[in-house]
Amino acid sequence: MIIDLQKFITNERPVWAELETMLNRLEAEPDGRLTLAQVQRFHQLYERTAADLARITTYSSEPETRRFLENLVARAYGEIHETREKRRRLQPLRWFFQTWPQTFRKHIRAFYFSLAITIAGCVFGGLAIAFDPDAKPVLMPFSHLLDDPAKRVADEENSTNDRLEGHKTSFSAELMTHNTQVSIFTLALGMTWGVGTIIMLFYNGVILGAVAVDYIRAGQTKFLLGWLMPHGVIEIPAILIAGQAGLLLAFALIGHGRRTPFRTRLREISGDIATLIFGVGLMLMWAGFIEAFLSQYHEPVIPYSAKIAFGCVELVLFFLFLAKSGKNKNSGA
Amino acid sequence: MKTSTLNIRTPEGIVFSQVLAGPIARFMACFIDQLCIQVVLTLLGLVISLLALVSFNFAVAFYVIGYFIVSIGYGILFEWSWRGQTVGKRLLRLRVMDVEGMRLQFNQIVVRNLLRFVDALPAFYFVGGVTCWLNSKCQRLGDIAANTVVVRHPRIAEPDLDQVLAGKFNSLRQFPHLVARLRQNVTPVEADLALQSLLRREEFDPVARVELFGELAGHFRAKVEFPAEANDGVADEQFLRNVVDVIYRTKT
Repeated sequence: MIIDLQKFITNERPVWAELETMLNRLEAEPDGRLTLAQVQRFHQLYERTAADLARITTYSSEPETRRFLENLVARAYGEIHETREKRRRLQPLRWFFQTWPQTFRKHIRAFYFSLAITIAGCVFGGLAIAFDPDAKPVLMPFSHLLDDPAKRVADEENSTNDRLEGHKTSFSAELMTHNTQVSIFTLALGMTWGVGTIIMLFYNGVILGAVAVDYIRAGQTKFLLGWLMPHGVIEIPAILIAGQAGLLLAFALIGHGRRTPFRTRLREISGDIATLIFGVGLMLMWAGFIEAFLSQYHEPVIPYSAKIAFGCVELVLFFLFLAKSGKNKNSGA
Repeated sequence: MKTSTLNIRTPEGIVFSQVLAGPIARFMACFIDQLCIQVVLTLLGLVISLLALVSFNFAVAFYVIGYFIVSIGYGILFEWSWRGQTVGKRLLRLRVMDVEGMRLQFNQIVVRNLLRFVDALPAFYFVGGVTCWLNSKCQRLGDIAANTVVVRHPRIAEPDLDQVLAGKFNSLRQFPHLVARLRQNVTPVEADLALQSLLRREEFDPVARVELFGELAGHFRAKVEFPAEANDGVADEQFLRNVVDVIYRTKT
């Protein structure tokens, strides 16, 4: 049987036009809400257009009408069967104080894993520098870390010039963007089943452990803490959270011990990954600012005790924020 | 198995398909987007050079942050505000969509754009290109993670059947029993072949068109033998129009 195409189009065209108008409105106003009557009408139009598509596919191979109907049905299908939360107006405060810390806690095991890998890297780097100080050029990629720590501390403390004078802001911007790129890269490497993310976290740990042991062995622990703590207590957790996001992606890819399909696993975590990485971006903006404007100044300009105290306060506040903010008393989430 | 279409079956049992974009088309779109990014960065550089007159330090900082935001945010901003399209994709009529036909979410756009860092490795999107080539849905790593695909988005317009279904005199309609037999014998594929040949009439070379219409008319004449008065003085193309008319319009 071949359908009477002209009669079919003439009869059904008003239905398609009405559906198209409703779809255009829904797509243009994502925050708009339909009344119950409108929802019922929308569903009715969708079902009728879908039935038209089935008829034209079965009884006529007219491709243009079929493509037109396929497009309409595809758009309506996305609107009707979408069960995920519809986008809302941007609520930055709600996101900052609730969504972000809640997401972090929801995937705390991935964070612990990320932390464990970094600690393993730290131990490796620390032991390597302790047992083989000549390995310093291999372990530390930055030239300013290759000098004797005691000499560097003496130079910094005796310096009368502000070496960042006139480019503190640009230095801060470079730190922010560079660290954010490294974090995104750490996240993205989760697609290598987590191997790349683990390597990045371990390598960061190696550098951190090697630098720490190098300065501690040289008797410069106070300088080390005063230098690293003001920005490091935010920057290091930022990299760890980026690692957490990368591992989250890797766990979803591997899906060990889970019966949910591959696509569903990825769909479940995509929102959380975006939340975590936006949080990392914010943390690194703060860390970049502090590193350029505070961390690079040492005694006698700023007492080490003041810098260490600042770092401790930051750490405690940040820990409390991640542990408590947005916590629902009833659910404990 | 690698296919060029994505078929989605709705719970109502309706299947609709989307044509997937291949790696070459996607690379071209990406190239256009990179050009757009360069243009924006050049303009940003010009504006910031004015700021440098006031403070070189601030100018450098703004450029560094601006460069970062433009290069990362370009894809996210455009794909979100243009429902899955960037400038390059719009020019080549491509669109990002959810792999299951659902509404594209902001999170998906963020994830697929951030994963460009891996897809772009080691250079010129080699990893992404190879993955796209091998993947059955032409997805790069970012698409796999975000559950998205890039589809071709042809210009959709209501079909115009007026030129083939004009209400002129149709000699075949004088023989309703033969018309009924013809409708019964013609398969949908044959009917579509006749319809498409008429719809695409202007695309054919004149000689090829006469030849094609001749062959098709011969094919349909063999299906049902109409009396001579139905065919006398009727050119092959007109005969084909008459056939399409009686097949697709049951009533005059």
